[in-house]
Amino acid sequence: MSKADATETEFVTAWIADQLFGIPITRVHDVFEAERVTRVPLAPSEISGVLNLRGRVVTALDMRKRLGLPPREAAEKRMAIGIDHDGEAYGLLVDSMGEVLKLSSAALDAAPINLQKNWAAICSGIYRLEDRLMVVLDVDKILDFRKDTLAA
Amino acid sequence: MEDLLREFLTETNESLDVVDNELIRFEQEPNNADILGRIFRLVHTIKGTCGFIGLPRLEALAHAAETVMGKFRDGAPVTADAVSLVLVTIDRLKSILAELEATAAEPAGSDGDLIVQLEQMALDGGAPAPAAEEITIGTLSPQVLERPLRPGEVSLDDLERAFRDTPGPQDKKQEKRGDDRRVGERRHPDTAPAGNQTLRVSVDTVERLMTMVSELVLTRNQLLEIVRRHSESEFKVPLQRLSNVTAELQEGVMKTRMQPIGNAWAKLPRIVRDLGQELGKEIELEMHGAETELDRQVLDIIRDPLTHMVRNSADHGLETTEERRKAGKPAKGTIRLSAYQASGQIVIEIADDGRGLNLSKIRRRAIEVGLISDEDHPSEAQLHKLIFAPGFSTAEKVTSVSGRGVGMDVVKTNIDQIGGTIDLKSTPGRGSTFSIKIPLTLAIVPALIVEAGGERYAIPQVAVVELVHRGSNANLVEEINGALVLRLRDKLLPLLSLTQLLKLPKQPEANGDAFVIVMQVGASLFGIVVDDVMHTEEIVVKPVAASLRDIKILGGNTILGDGSVIMILDPNGIAESIGASREERTIDDFAAKGEALPQEEALKTVSMLMFRSGSGTLKAVPLSLVTRLEEIDARKIERSSGRPMVQYRGGLMPLIPADENAKLAEDGTQPLLVFTDGGRSVGLIVDEIVDIVEDRLEIKVASDTPGVLGSAIIRDQATEIIDVAHFLPLGFSDWFHGRQGHAREKKKLLFVDDSAFFRNMLAPVLQAAGYDVTALSGAKEALVALDRGASFDAVVTDIEMPEIDGFAFTEALRANANFSHLPVIALTSTLSPAVASKCESAGMYGYVAKFDRRGLLQALKNAAVELQEAA
Repeated sequence: MSKADATETEFVTAWIADQLFGIPITRVHDVFEAERVTRVPLAPSEISGVLNLRGRVVTALDMRKRLGLPPREAAEKRMAIGIDHDGEAYGLLVDSMGEVLKLSSAALDAAPINLQKNWAAICSGIYRLEDRLMVVLDVDKILDFRKDTLAA
Repeated sequence: MEDLLREFLTETNESLDVVDNELIRFEQEPNNADILGRIFRLVHTIKGTCGFIGLPRLEALAHAAETVMGKFRDGAPVTADAVSLVLVTIDRLKSILAELEATAAEPAGSDGDLIVQLEQMALDGGAPAPAAEEITIGTLSPQVLERPLRPGEVSLDDLERAFRDTPGPQDKKQEKRGDDRRVGERRHPDTAPAGNQTLRVSVDTVERLMTMVSELVLTRNQLLEIVRRHSESEFKVPLQRLSNVTAELQEGVMKTRMQPIGNAWAKLPRIVRDLGQELGKEIELEMHGAETELDRQVLDIIRDPLTHMVRNSADHGLETTEERRKAGKPAKGTIRLSAYQASGQIVIEIADDGRGLNLSKIRRRAIEVGLISDEDHPSEAQLHKLIFAPGFSTAEKVTSVSGRGVGMDVVKTNIDQIGGTIDLKSTPGRGSTFSIKIPLTLAIVPALIVEAGGERYAIPQVAVVELVHRGSNANLVEEINGALVLRLRDKLLPLLSLTQLLKLPKQPEANGDAFVIVMQVGASLFGIVVDDVMHTEEIVVKPVAASLRDIKILGGNTILGDGSVIMILDPNGIAESIGASREERTIDDFAAKGEALPQEEALKTVSMLMFRSGSGTLKAVPLSLVTRLEEIDARKIERSSGRPMVQYRGGLMPLIPADENAKLAEDGTQPLLVFTDGGRSVGLIVDEIVDIVEDRLEIKVASDTPGVLGSAIIRDQATEIIDVAHFLPLGFSDWFHGRQGHAREKKKLLFVDDSAFFRNMLAPVLQAAGYDVTALSGAKEALVALDRGASFDAVVTDIEMPEIDGFAFTEALRANANFSHLPVIALTSTLSPAVASKCESAGMYGYVAKFDRRGLLQALKNAAVELQEAA
């Protein structure tokens, strides 16, 4: 993810509320359909629950909540991007998956200074694609939401 | 060299621990040449090894200690000071070893001080070393040695000088104590004595195995769940075998994690001895059940609390020798440590025969630190509990022993952390007893699966005392200004609604407050209200993600057999949230009324479901036989060819009255007990489900009434025990024939059990499954019958029987060529690897838990398949 050595980085992309996001493929464990999510009582609102992914308990994180977006209208299918963080499995719930893009790290723009604070905190840059912009997410910062919630 | 050094370290540390304890015994029995011989050999070995590896500092110290021991052996008097000095030397050896372990090199430094003292002592023939003060004021007097100096020896004058320049034993002791602690931290916690035939395996390897086995258990559960949905599946038999192997593997791996609790006690004799000397008390430490095994992880967590509590007993609990004499007690105080296993838990007791808790002092102190106010008059039990409160210590002076800030609150926290409880009994003048109950293992626990707010939750069964069903008694749960309470046998039990506790949305369609789960955490007794109780399941505890760890009520999550993830509730967390004051008072109510809490009752109890039907007499059935409790809408009951039926889980379930006089409800709800066998369900019509109780099941009067096995006294009430096997075939007229159709001819089964109850219960089940059953009450009768020419296809036998037990019976069969082919299936009340291996070596075909009818039938089926294949 550092600009210096990697000239090309592959990104797993996903749509959340009409915005395209990208996560470096090296951080993505798998992509799966989030089924049978068990709610966790008393949990922070960003956590939509836990689920069983091939015998592993995965904590599902609602990306819309995390980004301060309105909840999605009932959807039949919820896709999740599986990532590992400190040895624990998390699934980032997104609206839908996009394609995998190979992008040159030289083309990465810094996040604009007028980006909303909660977005800026988890954004590590912006790609100018031909027809739209892609926000690159910093996985570790996404999962660091407890600080934000506690501070709030 | 690396390996050699590591081995040396492990071995030497173990030897030193042994020397520690042996020395203390030796001090008490100075004439025991055996003990002395052992100590001498150990020290000698250490010295030799050090010399071999090239560790001069250790070698010199060990040599000096050995010389003193040699003097003892030659008959020099054994004094406490001499033993102390050797112990200090051992401490020094340990601290050097710790350094060696950390840096792989013997630390620089000199032990001249100790060596000089040791040599002096050896010369004085074990006489007490002069105290430091005396030496500083004393003059240097020429000493005469009655023989020429040997090479390497120093003159006595030099010795004396060196001795004067070093701090005396008093100062040494303080310093050593600090060292001791450091050593404790550095040293590897697992230095179990290695006997023959053992391997040292790294803890990581075992942990990894455990994780993998846990996964295997989960996968097995999932497979079982899938196969359960398909009545006919070719996977059934291999899966059953896989299931058995998994269970054994699980137990086997658990076993490797087990360590005797004695490992955590190893340092205590030394600690108690030092304390006794320091405090001027004579203390005897008794240890019982050191071989009791528990999970390594659990052991690590309780090690420090135990040490602390023993220190506490020695310091605060026991009186000084003087005080004891005045009180007419034996001069020597006793601290008794004991450990034993009881109903899936380990109980550890620390008892002393000291002065007992000083209630008025506790009260004063509690007011001082603001735990209670002046007007409060807490009961004795409440006062006892205050010592577990943070920042509480009544020691009048802060000694070096205890009262250094970490107190019983830390002990309690540690025990809470592993789902254990701590309790205390104390009688003034007679002593105090702490009892700690902790789970055997943290990895896999039996849990009750309940439903609240539309979600399922797991509650560790350790904390569950009983279940109460609201049934038709709508007034069971009452409210006092919003606080829920339950009238439970004339007492009030504080209740918590799980829905409210977890802030779950209220389910409008739920029948609400259906079950109360009575839980006990420490001495706190409370109930939680849930919508439904599903079943029990062995769950694998998985920690929750870091972002959820702050939620105290949740103790983890687990994956159920059906693949869904559910949260595990933490009983301690719930107890905390119920609010201390209210709960305490209720507990005392229970205590005051002298009722033994249900958990403390005899071990061999059975969970019984109590209900009423027809005549109004109480009836009961072992809960394990009941598949589900249902309440159905009376209007949904249909009639088909004159018999009541209800649509249930996609099929028609026949309803059978539990009693001739039982009537179906006209409107409202109809409670049912659902029994399932081989994919078919029957609903037993009852008037009211009363309770679920744990009690001994002893049939006092056998019965001739069909459907009733006999009468038993349960919770002091005469209760009819119903015969489930009687009702099952009533539901389906083809139940019996249907089964029979499969087998061309009936298999003949010999069933041996000394308990009439099991004979009565299982024989009909086996008959219903299409076997021709001969039930006999003992192995002797069975062997007689076989000798007379009775022929059987298979044998089912109880293991625990008087005279000839199941193992001996099987061996007798194996020894006889006529019967050696007979497959024998054992019934056991305890499924353990030990029993498993005994079954195997006795030549049994398999073994099944006593109440597991499905498992028994499956095992019989497997045996039949195998016989056919063999034929």
